This record gives sequence, structure tokens and C-alpha cells, in this order.
Amino acid sequence: MGKLRQCAIYGKGGIGKSTTTQNLVAALAEAGKKVMIVGCDPKADSTRLILHSKAQTTVMHLAAEAGSVEDLELEDVMAIGFGGVKCVESGGPEPGVGCAGRGVITAINFLEEEGAYDEDLDFVFYDVLGDVVCGGFAMPIRENKAQEIYIVVSGEMMAMYAANNIAKGIVKYANSGGVRLAGLICNSRKVDREDELITALAERLGTQMIHFVPRDNVVQHAEIRRMTVIEYDPNCKQADEYRALARKIIDNKKLVIPTPLEMDELEALLMEYGVIDQEDESIIGKTKAQETALAAA
Amino acid sequence: MQAVEDIKPCYPLFRADDYKGMIARKREKFEEGYDKAKVDEVFQWTTTKEYQDLNFKREALTINPAKACQPLGSALCGLGFHKTMVYIHGSQGCVAYFRTYFNRHFKEPIAFIADSMTEDAAVFGGQKNIHEGLANASKLYGAEMIAVSTTCIAEVIGDDLNAFINNAKNEGYIAKDFPVPFAHTPSFVGSHVTGWDNMEEGILRYFTLNEMEGKKVGSNGKINIVPGFETYLGNYRVIKRMLKEMDVDYTFLCDPEEVLDTPCDGEFRMYAGGTTIPEIKDAPNAITTFLLQPQTLDKTKKFVESTWNHEVPKITIPMGVQGTDEFLMAVSQVTGKPIPESLTKERGRLVDMMTDSHAWLHGKKMAIFGDPDFVYGMVGFMLELGIEPTHIVCHNGSKRWAKAVEKLLAESPYGVHGKVYVGCDLWHLRSLCFTDKPDFLIGNSYGKFIQRDTLHKGKAFEVPLIRLGFPIFDRHHLHRMTTLGYEGAMYILTTLTNAVLERLDEETRQMGVTDYNYDLVR
Repeated sequence: MGKLRQCAIYGKGGIGKSTTTQNLVAALAEAGKKVMIVGCDPKADSTRLILHSKAQTTVMHLAAEAGSVEDLELEDVMAIGFGGVKCVESGGPEPGVGCAGRGVITAINFLEEEGAYDEDLDFVFYDVLGDVVCGGFAMPIRENKAQEIYIVVSGEMMAMYAANNIAKGIVKYANSGGVRLAGLICNSRKVDREDELITALAERLGTQMIHFVPRDNVVQHAEIRRMTVIEYDPNCKQADEYRALARKIIDNKKLVIPTPLEMDELEALLMEYGVIDQEDESIIGKTKAQETALAAA
Repeated sequence: MQAVEDIKPCYPLFRADDYKGMIARKREKFEEGYDKAKVDEVFQWTTTKEYQDLNFKREALTINPAKACQPLGSALCGLGFHKTMVYIHGSQGCVAYFRTYFNRHFKEPIAFIADSMTEDAAVFGGQKNIHEGLANASKLYGAEMIAVSTTCIAEVIGDDLNAFINNAKNEGYIAKDFPVPFAHTPSFVGSHVTGWDNMEEGILRYFTLNEMEGKKVGSNGKINIVPGFETYLGNYRVIKRMLKEMDVDYTFLCDPEEVLDTPCDGEFRMYAGGTTIPEIKDAPNAITTFLLQPQTLDKTKKFVESTWNHEVPKITIPMGVQGTDEFLMAVSQVTGKPIPESLTKERGRLVDMMTDSHAWLHGKKMAIFGDPDFVYGMVGFMLELGIEPTHIVCHNGSKRWAKAVEKLLAESPYGVHGKVYVGCDLWHLRSLCFTDKPDFLIGNSYGKFIQRDTLHKGKAFEVPLIRLGFPIFDRHHLHRMTTLGYEGAMYILTTLTNAVLERLDEETRQMGVTDYNYDLVR
């Protein structure tokens, strides 16, 4: 058994992190790997496709019920799903109150203390909420935790902005520790020249587009059954895409300290690929009436 | 009023008629309090079983905790290392509290520093504070090690000490080779004993994790001693003395005995004594590591077992006869050195003392509160003495700990009245002392308020406090005493016996009423 590899998945909210992670993990499990998913998002939707459940009962929920985290046992919070995948959700407070970041810290500390990271594991995946908004959401990339970061991205402007911002966050931790950017996973939105665009972005960040996951409705079909594609329809084309992603991640050796882009560079790149138009400085701040008046003059 | 020729302290000053009048007028005019009858009625109600049942249903409120927070423990741990500055990453108020807490207990100056996190640090993260704090601390205080731990604010915002300290080194705020071990010690998790354990593990990890090559278990012929959160200075001394008598070489991994007991000779010592860095680095070469408070040193134990490959002896706290016997026998077993005649004799003296006092202690009911290992050791020794432990309260005890104490109680006929309460505070204990009165209460200074409250109900209800544990703020020099080993058992025995006799004298010195038993000889 090789050394445990810990990976964190980041990316803009709604980009498909949880879906991609779970399909990827299902493919890894199918390939005989022992995997654990740690959901680091108060929404707690990082394990539902593996467990066929609405939302797994979270560490923080159970801790709140029991009175303190110290009263919990590992078996209380860990569920085993498809392919023997171990699932844990950190959970967190209701929207608008408390501190979700602390929830992530508490949950991961608990897992470490209770010996969840046992020697049989090959991979741990942290599925982390949208952006690295505070110190708590950076917990998975602290020293001796996730060493590999994958960013899920698509050819949409905001997704790429987010990816670049996440790369900036990684640099902070990479300079003092072992955390590295391991690649961009393109979750296609069928934007024109998407694969070229993401490949170009990856190059600028000093990394790679590790895989281009095409859009396919079978993912949604599987999802309404709370299943991964790998389990729902193992023979479909999309399942092979996730298998390919899994294979590439198993073999991945390209771990880098990213070189994030300045805003101007990023915008230039987006213009080059037609995601945004050349900015016309002369129209900034002009109302329609002013424009009409100008045109008439 | 105060007069120059006869200056009175607050008591009895405020008992003078002019002050009494002033206080009464203030109460009447401004305080808008309830009348005495109502206050008395409520007080009486709080002493009932009905109130106790409600009290034990409390969920979201602690009243008078019998524990402190993690960084208090990490700070004590840092103090025990040679020329080490304790550095708390957090706000100033927290650290002022740790300093005064130890000042009041040890009656010594205590040097801890804080990096003064404020609102902007809470928003932007505390890295800047660590950078500047380490830069200043390493230049100002002549330290050779800075032991960093955290408070709530740093933990809620998720500050990453490892990254921040490495960045501080990479960016030149502090020399790359300056030792800065660290531990995350969120105040809202565990208690001061957890914090001690975390800091100890952090320090051992820092100096040995990546330097295990060439280390061989047993090659230095010593044993390591991990004291845990230990505030009785005599306990450091007694363990050293016993090991010396056994001719066993040792390393204390944390030894604040000197710095907490510096002499008054005109020289201020910010640092004194303590475990040195070479000693820590050599510690994996020891035969094994003894944990003197084994029920609260989980993290240290795990590290010592997994990284140093030490077989940590399964002992309990060396308190009382059996606890000390087991410790000495375990030391003898791993080192091959016999237990010397001097210790056997000391044990014999203790047993002799126990039989001398047995008539007075037998069947006395005593409640106790304190830290897990202390309470465990005390319950064991009380059973050996024939004392019946009743309410056993451990605010920071775990369920596993509770089971261990229950097992101990079940092994002795004196244990039948013992009931273990974990996660309970002193307000719970107050109820218990009213509804099921013990003869005495054993614990730290905070127990004096239970004594006052029970006395207020009437002399027959008073539960006198016997001061053993931490902190003891209201009696002097008890922190220099010893509670471990046979010697410590003698001190505990002396304290308990004389408290019983003192109380008996108090009750029997009414002339012509009870003084038929006010005896010269006890």
C-alpha cells in the first residue's frame, strides 16, 4: 500500500465540485482504491451520491446534539457507501449565524484524533465550499493535510476568476509548506473553445488541465437517483470520462506552486478567447440619454 | 472613618458604624434590591432537592467552572523548558489572565507574552502579529526558545501557526534556526490539562520528529518523566529524590520547579532551570517515558509511542500507597534497579502514620473536586485511608475517566457512597453539599464559597473546605507542598487528619456544653 494521498477540491460555487468529486471517487473505488471523502461545506452535499441519501448527518450536527465533539465516536459520523468509500460531512451552522470555518477545523481535528486516517487508505478527498473565504476553509490545505489541490473550473468568466483567486490562496500556503496545485478539472459548460481556453489558463498558472469532462445529461439522470454515473450506468461514455480522470489523478506527478495571473492578464486571456469583449473606455459611465445625445451631435 | 494612627484593612473597617450606615443608605436608595425575606426565601429554595433537580437539568450554562482553558495549560508547560518564553497568539486580556492566575497561586512573577490581536487581526488573520511578535520577542527577552500557543480568537478565524511561523522565518522576522515549537490550544475545547498535553506534544514533536535517525530506545540509560499539568512544586522534587535514591538517571520533560520558586536575593530571574533542548533531543534514546498524569496526556502518549517507539508503562498517578508502589515497581522493572531500603522504610513510615490516624479518618465522608488524575489519585488514597468519598466532581473528566474511578470505588467497601460526576461545575456540587452533606469538601480555593453558603444555612450544614488541588489563591505556600509519592501521601494524610481534628475542636470547645470531648490528646 502506497502513501496516503490527500487531495482538496476547490472551485466556484455551483461549478460541480461535489458531483465531480463523487464521480471521480467512485471511479477510484472501482479501480480498487480505498478512498475517504470529507465534505467541508455546511450544505453537506458532498457524499449524497455515494450514500444514496439526502444529506449525511454531519459531525457538527451530532456534536451539537451530544453536547460536545468529545462525546462522539468515529462510527457515529462515518458512513460507508458505494465501493467501500468512507464518507464524512463536517457540517456547520445555519446560514447567517456562527462560524462555518471553525466547523471545518473541529471536524478535521476530530477525524485525526479518532484515527479516521488509517493506514489502509489510498486517498482522502476534501470537498470544500466555493472559495477559500477564511482560515477555516484553508484547514484542509494546512501542513500534513491535503498536498494536492484540484480546481474545478469551466470556460465561464467567473469560474476562471475564482480559479485564479484560489491559486492565489494556494501560493500563501505553498511557500511555507508542502501544498501544491495539481491541476484544473474542466467541467464543461459547452462554451466555445473551452478546452483550449482552460488549457491556456492552466499553462499560465503553471499547471495542467488534467481532464476535460464533457457535459452529459446522464450525470443529471444519475443525480436525481442520488447516484454517481459510475454506479448508475457503468457502461456509458461519461463513466469512462470519470475513469480517465481517475487514472490521470492516480498517475499525476505534476504538483506545482501556482503562478496566479494579474487581473489585466486574466482579462486579456479572456478577450483572446472571446469570453469577454474588448473594453470600450469611451462608453464607461455613459447613460443611454447621453449616448443618444452624443450620437445625434 | 480611617484614622492614621489606626489603619484598618477592609475587614474590619467596613464593620464600623459609619460604613454600615453608608452601605445601608446606598442599598435603600440606589440598589433596588429585594427585601431580606425574599432573598432568604430564594436562598433556602436553592438548598432543596427540588432546586438540585432543576440545577442538574441545566444545559447551556456553566456556573463556577472547576476548570480553566487550554492556553493556561500550554503556558505552564512552556515555563518548564530552559530559557523559554511563553508566547500566546491572541488578545492581551487572555494572557493577563494567565499571568495573574499563576501569580496568585505561586506568588511569583510570571513572564508570558501576547501578540495583542485586535479587530483588524480578526479580519485579516493574525500573521502580521506573529511576524512582529516573534521579531520583538526574540530580540527583547533573551529567550532561546519561544513556545507559541493560541487563544479563542486565533482559533475561530483558523490561523495556521505552522504556516505563519515558517513564513516568519522565511521572511527574516526571526532567525531560521530559532526554535519556535507551537500548539493549537483553542480555549473552547477541553481544559487546561488538554492545553498542557498539546504544548508538550508540540515541543517534543518540534525537536524530535525529523531527527529520529540514529536514535535508539534505551541507549542513554535514562527514563523520561512527563509531569503533566503539575502545580505542586514538591512533586517535581519528590520524584527526583526517589529516582536518585533508586540510582536511576532521568530527564524531566518539562520542569518549572526552579522558575516557579526563585529566591529573593536581589536578582530577578525571568528564566531559571528547566528542560534543555539537548535533553529533549536526547529523550527518544531513553529506556521509556513515564506519564505521571496518564489519564490526561493522550496526545503526548501517542507521539511518544508512535514516533519514539517507547513502551509507555501502564501506571496511574503515583499518589497514595498503591499508586506510588506501582510507579516504583514499574521504574524498577524497566531499569533493572531494585527499590532501595530507604524507600521501603519511607513506605513503612507512611503505613504507620495511616494506622495512627485511622481511627479519626475511618468512615468520614468527603466530597472532592479537581482535575482528572488528581481526583483519581485522591479517591484511591481516600479508600486506602478508610475515608468514604461521596460526591466526586470532575468538570474536565471524560466518560472513560469516570468509568476508571467507578471501577476504583467498586473495589473497596469504602467506595459504596461514591458517585462520579463529569462535566459538572461547582454550582452542581453546591447543591449536592446541601442535599447530601459530606463531612468535608476537598478541592481548590473556589470551594470556600460552598463552605460559606452551607454555613449560611446553619452551622450544622457547614461543609468545611480542605485545600488540595489547583489553584490555591487564599492560603500561602501550599503550592510548595508534595502530594505524590509516599512523602506526598504523608502530607495529604496530615492535612486531612488535622482538618478533622480542627473541626472536632471547633465543635467541642463550648464551655460546659460540648467541652466534655475537648480533649488535649487526639
